[in-house]
Amino acid sequence: MSEIRKMSASELADSLAAGKISSGEACREFLEAIRNDNHNAVISLRGEEALTEAEAVDRERSKGENLPPYAGLPLLVKDNIVVRGGVPTTCASKILENFISPYDAHVVENLKKSRTVILGKTNMDEFAMGSSTENSAFGPVRGPVDPERVPGGSSGGSAAAVALRLAPAALGSDTGGSIRQPAAFCGLFGLKPTYGRVSRYGLVAFGSSLDQIGPLTCTVRDAALLLSIIAGHDSRDSTSAAVPVPDYSSALDREIKGLKIGLPREYFPDYLDSRIRERVMTQVRKLEEQGAEIEEITLPHTDYAIAVYYIVATAEASANLARFDGVRYGHRTSQAGDVIEMYNRSRSEGFGPEVKRRIMLGTYVLSAGYYDAYYLKAQKVRTLIVQDFLEAFEKVNLIITPTTPSVAWKLGHFEDNPVQMYLQDIFTVTANLAGLPAMSVPAGTVDGLPVGAQLIGRHFDEATIFKAASKLEGGK
Amino acid sequence: MSEHKWEAVVGLEVHAQLKTRSKTFCRCSTAFGDEPNSNVCPVCLGLPGALPVLNREAVAMAVKTALAFGAAVKKQSILARKNYFYPDLPKGYQISQYEKPFSTGGQVEARLEDGTAKIVHLTRIHLEEDAGKSLHTSSEAGTALDLNRCGTPLIEIVSEPEIHSSAEAYGYLYRLRQTLLYLGVCDGNMEEGSLRCDANISVRPLGQKKLGTRTEVKNLNSFRGVEKAINYEVERQISVLESGGQVVQETLLWDADKQLVRPMRTKEEANDYRYFPDPDLLPLVIESSWVEEIEKSLPELPMVREKRFVEKYGLPQYDANVLTATREVADYFEETVRLSQGYEPKKVSNWIMSEVLAVLAEKNIEITDLAVKPAHLAGLFALMNKGTISGKIAKQVFEEMSRTGKTADEIVKAQGLVQISDADTIKEVVARVIASNPGQAEEYRAGKEKVFGFFVGQIMKETKGKANPQLVNELLRAALGKS
Repeated sequence: MSEIRKMSASELADSLAAGKISSGEACREFLEAIRNDNHNAVISLRGEEALTEAEAVDRERSKGENLPPYAGLPLLVKDNIVVRGGVPTTCASKILENFISPYDAHVVENLKKSRTVILGKTNMDEFAMGSSTENSAFGPVRGPVDPERVPGGSSGGSAAAVALRLAPAALGSDTGGSIRQPAAFCGLFGLKPTYGRVSRYGLVAFGSSLDQIGPLTCTVRDAALLLSIIAGHDSRDSTSAAVPVPDYSSALDREIKGLKIGLPREYFPDYLDSRIRERVMTQVRKLEEQGAEIEEITLPHTDYAIAVYYIVATAEASANLARFDGVRYGHRTSQAGDVIEMYNRSRSEGFGPEVKRRIMLGTYVLSAGYYDAYYLKAQKVRTLIVQDFLEAFEKVNLIITPTTPSVAWKLGHFEDNPVQMYLQDIFTVTANLAGLPAMSVPAGTVDGLPVGAQLIGRHFDEATIFKAASKLEGGK
Repeated sequence: MSEHKWEAVVGLEVHAQLKTRSKTFCRCSTAFGDEPNSNVCPVCLGLPGALPVLNREAVAMAVKTALAFGAAVKKQSILARKNYFYPDLPKGYQISQYEKPFSTGGQVEARLEDGTAKIVHLTRIHLEEDAGKSLHTSSEAGTALDLNRCGTPLIEIVSEPEIHSSAEAYGYLYRLRQTLLYLGVCDGNMEEGSLRCDANISVRPLGQKKLGTRTEVKNLNSFRGVEKAINYEVERQISVLESGGQVVQETLLWDADKQLVRPMRTKEEANDYRYFPDPDLLPLVIESSWVEEIEKSLPELPMVREKRFVEKYGLPQYDANVLTATREVADYFEETVRLSQGYEPKKVSNWIMSEVLAVLAEKNIEITDLAVKPAHLAGLFALMNKGTISGKIAKQVFEEMSRTGKTADEIVKAQGLVQISDADTIKEVVARVIASNPGQAEEYRAGKEKVFGFFVGQIMKETKGKANPQLVNELLRAALGKS
């Protein structure tokens, strides 16, 4: 592997800024690597556009013009984030196979403003629904550590690509763990920012009250770098928060002496693989050695989180995905009679089985006669889960848990039992339900397969997460 | 007949399009009649990833309306998704309000034709977005979509089932529309669809408290349509019940061409809308300070103005009703009165109700488009007051003013229309006319009073209508030998 591909995003950005490496050269290197790779992590390439943008940066740099700090840095973006023109935005669904967006997502605008270069779009579970990236209309992504295993999901394409060094870093989206779980399975840092920290404008919605865009990177510094580009208030997203974005990179070097860290007992249950518990505790001890104070806490409503999550997320999804009806864009059946039949056939042909399952679940929980028992009840319990965290954060600054209850499983493992796969999200969905920032950090391996530890912070306090995470980087 | 036996019970749902410049959740223009699909963007097209942002102007207009009807404005309300599939609904859901509307209560004081008032209470007013338009062309060409209207703000005003006749419904709608126009929040145009009405109709034996089974009649796109549809549906329900049948709860469409109601296809009505709070939007918070600010900006409402016209200007109730029909006509009247010192308000009223409104009707224009401004009209009155022109000439001058935009002074001077009030001049004409009609003079002196009119006509003809009529009368009588 070339030196360029081995570099972290920050290192590469520094080399680009110093003129040691040209953006064109870097982009060509990564594009070549993507073309030669067979993990199916990337589903569309902006080959020529990327090179044109990279070479423009190089020209300006050679003329000594002022450029933003990370100009020319190549990146990958999950395929549920719209990029104007050129490549389609498919959400890995047949229904959007040929959809080309006429506008850029807020994060894409920010990436373009910072003159970074989007190389292409990464594979994912269809509409971000899944935990393995097997639910893609373009075929599953194979795990970077073991190609017989899943990379996690739904941002499995972004995670695998970064782990395989097909790009220095990538953006994913996280509705119930879709950044953190694949980061854990692929040995990366994966951050889900606070709900409202990053604009969702241009992120194709799955669960609107849960979705956030975030980075998948191989260093904490890279995560801070990417977050600083994409974070900030956007008036086009009513749920975007007008909260100042601090200088994250300066947080990295700060001490953690006196930092109070909570270990919620519900996240270390008896059934948890003892080796995973051990790896996470090793990280906890590293923080303790550097002066953090560890205490056990309780988040009593954790048991209900999966049920609440799968009601709220599917309810929102059932409405969010109604717009894919074959009328204005996307797949339309070739054999429609009346309009109702056109809807039925277009959607039946266009959506995969997991998406259909979730639309049906969501439709059901919102139906007359069931709304109170499911959706309304779930919202009430969601409030209790938020309350759990707020109370815990009165005592501690940070919470640590395992990211997942297991390591990457074999492709097809949960094929016949989707609910078992849902249960794998047990440790990650709560941060989405509570809108809290959370990051998975590498925590060693079990049987050669990466394990992740999850750091959950207070609302809008990504800085503390970065600070602690930087203390866990094994010399990277 | 059955009137003494049955009571109709009607509740109306009125959708009013708010006159905001941009749409409810994006910045696209709300202009009517533009090139199809020209006022659209990712948000109102429901493109993947697009998000709604609520237009504050729409909320302000909605609040203004609620306040005008004395309704309570909620500090916090919820925008909800109403889920259904329809080709002109790009997101597959309409953003509306369901469990927590921004306003509840309030009332509309409908005025009936006999002059009495009828209070109809409001259940709620809520804010929502409009859908696009489907244009059904020939079967080969299929259905075309125009999404310009998509996302235009609407308020839905829901009345209690307290309306008991088509006349009451008319009175209710009249007052509602009039008020919306006064507020400037809706243009009230039913043909263009900026005001739409659905009616929930049931009948029950007079005296019974329990409501009968209701039907919902949609597609009522004129006041007359509402009246006719209610009459039709009430009669239909009564005849169903009187023949021993049962009213089926269903949604019906008013067919204005055939003048009847017919059932909507069942597929269109069999919807479970699965409302839930829209997670893309925060709860709608309307601060009380904002409500107070809006309350201060409320104009004088039609009922209050009507009453004031009776009290302040001594107008008959009928005049007050006509003059306050629109804010613009009422403003015109008051401004003219203000500028016409010494000219009675009742006379101003007469002029506006006859001459001015006739010209508006004839030219099919609004009073604000009329060339004759209040100052011009006051100028005309001043000439009459001074005796410069007669009332008859004044009507002629007014006609000229409305055509050319010139002032009364200009016209009177240019055309030499100044009234002849010089007694000698008139005497001379009188003598001439009597001399050339000796026969008629004889008849008059013999007691045939009618002939007097003949002489007046001849004198007016001679003076081209400019002779002061009072003087003519006086001098003619004297000359004919009677006084």
